[in-house]
Amino acid sequence: MYPAQFDYKRATSVEEALALLTEADDVKFIAGGHSLIPMMKLRLAQPEMVVDIARIDALRGITEEGDGVRIGALTTHAEIAASSVLHEHCGLIAEAAAEIGDTQVRNRGTIGGNIAHADPGSDLPAALIAAGATVHLQSASSTRTVAAADFFLDLLTTDLSHDELVVAVTIPSLGRSTGCAYLKFEHPASGYAVVGAAAWVKMENRQCSGAGLAINGVTATPFNGNEIAQSLVSTDASDDRIAAAVESVQPEDPMADVFASADYRAHLARVFAKRALVSARDRAV
Amino acid sequence: MSPVNSVLGSPIKRREDPALITGKGKYTDDLKVFGMLSAVMVRSPFAHARIKSIDTAAAQAMPGVIAVYTAADAEAAGMPGLVPVGWLLDTLKTPPHPMLASEKVNHVGDAVAVVVAEDRYVARDAADAVLVDYEPLSACTNPKDAISDGQAQIHDEAPSNIAFDWEIGDQAKTAAAFAAAAETVRCDLRNQRLIPHAIEPRAVLADWNEATGEMTIHLTTQNPHVHRLLMCLSSIGLPEHKVRVIAPEVGGGFGSKIHHYADETIIAMCSKLCGRPVKWAATRTETNQTDAHGRDHVTSAELALDQDGKILGLRVSTYANMGAYLSTFAPAVPTYLYGTLLSGQYDIPAIYGHVVGAFTNTSPVDAYRGAGRPEATFLVERLMHLAGEATGLGPVEIRKRNFLTPDQFPFETQVALTYDSGNYGPAMDRALEMLGYEQLLADQEQRRQSPNGKQIGIGFSAYIEACGLAPSAVVGSLGAQAGQWESAELRVHPTGSVTVYTGSSSTGQGHKTSFSQIVADRLQLDVSQVEVIQGDTDLVQFGMGSYGSRSGAVGGSAIARSTDKILDKAKLIAGHLLEAAPEDLDFKDGSFCVRGSADHSVAWGDVALQAYLAHNYPENLEPGLVASAFYDPENFTYPFGTHICVVEIDPETGTTELLRYVAVDDVGNVINPMIVDGQIHGGLAQGIGQALWEGAHYDEDGQLLTSSLLDYAVPKMHNLIDFELDRTVTPCPHNPLGVKGVGEAGAIASPPAVVNAVMDALAPWKIQHLDMPLTSEKVWAAVHSQ
Ligand SMILES: Cc1cc2nc3c(=O)[nH]c(=O)nc-3n(C[C@H](O)[C@H](O)[C@H](O)COP(=O)(O)OP(=O)(O)OC[C@H]3O[C@@H](n4cnc5c(N)ncnc54)[C@H](O)[C@@H]3O)c2cc1C
Repeated sequence: MYPAQFDYKRATSVEEALALLTEADDVKFIAGGHSLIPMMKLRLAQPEMVVDIARIDALRGITEEGDGVRIGALTTHAEIAASSVLHEHCGLIAEAAAEIGDTQVRNRGTIGGNIAHADPGSDLPAALIAAGATVHLQSASSTRTVAAADFFLDLLTTDLSHDELVVAVTIPSLGRSTGCAYLKFEHPASGYAVVGAAAWVKMENRQCSGAGLAINGVTATPFNGNEIAQSLVSTDASDDRIAAAVESVQPEDPMADVFASADYRAHLARVFAKRALVSARDRAV
Repeated sequence: MSPVNSVLGSPIKRREDPALITGKGKYTDDLKVFGMLSAVMVRSPFAHARIKSIDTAAAQAMPGVIAVYTAADAEAAGMPGLVPVGWLLDTLKTPPHPMLASEKVNHVGDAVAVVVAEDRYVARDAADAVLVDYEPLSACTNPKDAISDGQAQIHDEAPSNIAFDWEIGDQAKTAAAFAAAAETVRCDLRNQRLIPHAIEPRAVLADWNEATGEMTIHLTTQNPHVHRLLMCLSSIGLPEHKVRVIAPEVGGGFGSKIHHYADETIIAMCSKLCGRPVKWAATRTETNQTDAHGRDHVTSAELALDQDGKILGLRVSTYANMGAYLSTFAPAVPTYLYGTLLSGQYDIPAIYGHVVGAFTNTSPVDAYRGAGRPEATFLVERLMHLAGEATGLGPVEIRKRNFLTPDQFPFETQVALTYDSGNYGPAMDRALEMLGYEQLLADQEQRRQSPNGKQIGIGFSAYIEACGLAPSAVVGSLGAQAGQWESAELRVHPTGSVTVYTGSSSTGQGHKTSFSQIVADRLQLDVSQVEVIQGDTDLVQFGMGSYGSRSGAVGGSAIARSTDKILDKAKLIAGHLLEAAPEDLDFKDGSFCVRGSADHSVAWGDVALQAYLAHNYPENLEPGLVASAFYDPENFTYPFGTHICVVEIDPETGTTELLRYVAVDDVGNVINPMIVDGQIHGGLAQGIGQALWEGAHYDEDGQLLTSSLLDYAVPKMHNLIDFELDRTVTPCPHNPLGVKGVGEAGAIASPPAVVNAVMDALAPWKIQHLDMPLTSEKVWAAVHSQ
């Protein structure tokens, strides 16, 4: 539990943070430190230098922007869980953030760190994919955006390149008449998601007019069930229709550990997808 | 009774807590002394391997590294370096356990070298630079498999990995009972391996004084004197009077801090060889790999019943995993602390238990909260559940029919214990009343009408434990290499306040509070007038420590005996001052008075003062007011009770939710009900943890897959519910306080209560047994394979 030796620098602006990346071969940003420090203590990460971005105020905060919400990369899980702006436009993200770890973890951990770390048991990724979020990246020379659905590439691996910083995540407003649910099956030891199903359903005149679904924990990257959810559009999204739809939740290569086998995880994915969609629908009407 | 007496039995707040909850408690790893160095162990990554060579040169050369030591250095330093066993059995094989392995490592975490450096970070880096060339060998981890042919052979001294072969009871009589049975039930089970998980990891700070030849060791220990004794007998090579062991605050032990580990002697060696104080603290991974684990039995158990559901006999066969070496009290746990509990609360005319202890390439297994008694209770109560089903009598009637009745005490069981007292029916009745059993049965029936919906189950556990360890002569005849009495010393100060020196060294249970209550009650003082000193071999005359729920019953009784001696002497002084015979004095409201003339009295404080002035004093009486007692109990104590758990299972996911937990315990007289409830709560958390979540997992190569808290599931607050507690009181008849002990009851009683509840919920699927932990996948798979 004692990390290898490393240098530490604190950046006060995004530009400075990106510039510091060139000062050593293996540089890691540190935000809340709640994923990086455990990795360093276990010596699974041994960066030469750690650049602290936690005090770059420009990266913090939740604001309404166009027809949606912008969440700065340094916004903590606790701030997200409590955000009235998010509850109005996309409660799904807030609900998922509230399920993360415990109070201390939520007070320190940030959305940027959470998605950059890309633990398959994390809670935010599925919610972001279901909600159709966009990740905003910046390097010393350019900026770009990636759909959350394309951001997660593999276990602990994302589309973020080593010279980039996550600056924000934007989320389109899910609009009125929408219900959301994030249902988590917690690992009894780690508290991470064995399965975490994020769903939203929009109901207008007893008809489903939009829906999203994604699932954490089952595969190396979140299972994208948005098409499955969209098959409910123009139906009454009845329990039976939902039950039939989630039969298509057939994750490839489900993960396994001492606690839950691959088959069981895949089964839970269907059960939690069903329950999340049902409860989102119920909240919509 | 005078008002001050009410202090005994009142829920006064723990005097320990203000310091502990404001971060002012000093634990071993908080201590810093001048010139202190840090040590990190180099441990085997293999479960079983031959050591071909150890190259320390690169590590030694790193800046900040003071030294790297291996077994060769220990030998050169003249340290015996053997980790001893404190309990022997007739058939026991005791292969040597060197503190540093030099030829072969036998489990992941076995220490091969130690690095001493200016700080922990350097030491940790250097530990990676120690090059050990291993030749991996095949490994075995399961105690039943380990003794069969073709398995890895761990110690030359123990052919077929058999550590011991032990039996209790009467085999022939039991066979006859089974032959005559109208009904038999059987349960093949694994009582899984647990990792104790004290919040504070083990730590050592050793400080050698070359000039005086004294070694001072601050240590995370439940029994400083026992630790010192074992070290001086076999590992450290120093005489007892030159070694001081101090337990500062200790953050939980649950058994894991009883044992003498290699680490304390390794660190003492480092201090001796470096000539500077050296500290080591385990990381959580080291804790999981090297703290003695608990349980790990493979068992077949059968119960024979007559046509009326009366038990005729019980037969048990167990393979007990000892791990790679015999830990301090390991041989006692699956034998005398297990086999002797097989009679439970029941009148069982014939019992036979057979236990084979096996060496495996896993961490040593030793006492963990309950130690043997939870394993016994689990199988007895699982069998009672199955017997209730098989006979159709149900869980309540089958137990009641077989309970020992109050007129049967003292009762000699078929497995070597004499229960001194007991009254089992009322505890069960009270628990049923608190539960509202009839209503629950109706709810359960209704749920069963929708077979795909959530089902509820109700599980019982009527447990007994033998604690208050232990009558010395009895345990001596069974193999203990130490006495099991406890000592106390009371020093009354000239101004009347009192300091108590106790051998019961606390690991967080609140001894200072409870012991102050005992003294305050007996000497009619305010509790604030009593201080308690513990955990230091230089201050306390001797102590056997805290384990086996013995601190109240044995340590507390020693204190009570000391107060008797103090009062006897105080009466001599008071009699002199009052010009009355000591036997004519009463001690009331904090004063001695002549019986029948209340105004003719002298206050406690004046007597105390006179004891030290000795101006106006009885002839031939020594000054001073100090007394000590060594209390050796007559018998074990036998707490008991009934616990009932209600669960809800979701067949679609297999998850178990706790709905209710009712516990009625009889721990005898209660010193502090708040502390007693707290002990029950903690024990329940650990027992429920075993039933539902916990378990150490090794793969077939002997790698520990659950080496961190990311994988090993200890219960968290939000996993648990509000426990509904009550008590009956059947005082212990043979100790001065009438107390029995409460530290382990919760952990002993709860695993079968929870498992029986889950099995009851699964009754519609006709599933006989599932092994702990009852993870959701296990339940789901069982339901879906039907
Ligand atoms: C006890 C515990 C329990 C937890 N339980 C959960 C849980 O139930 N669910 C869950 O989802 N998570 C859980 N977490 C993880 C937690 O959510 C982390 O806080 C989060 O995953 C990482 O955020 P951070 O700000 O702490 O990142 P850090 O640890 O600071 O960084 C993590 C990684 O992201 C990189 N990084 C950080 N910020 C940026 C950025 N802006 N741009 C580019 N790269 C960046 C870092 O370089 C590092 O590689 C838990 C953590 C702990 C310690």
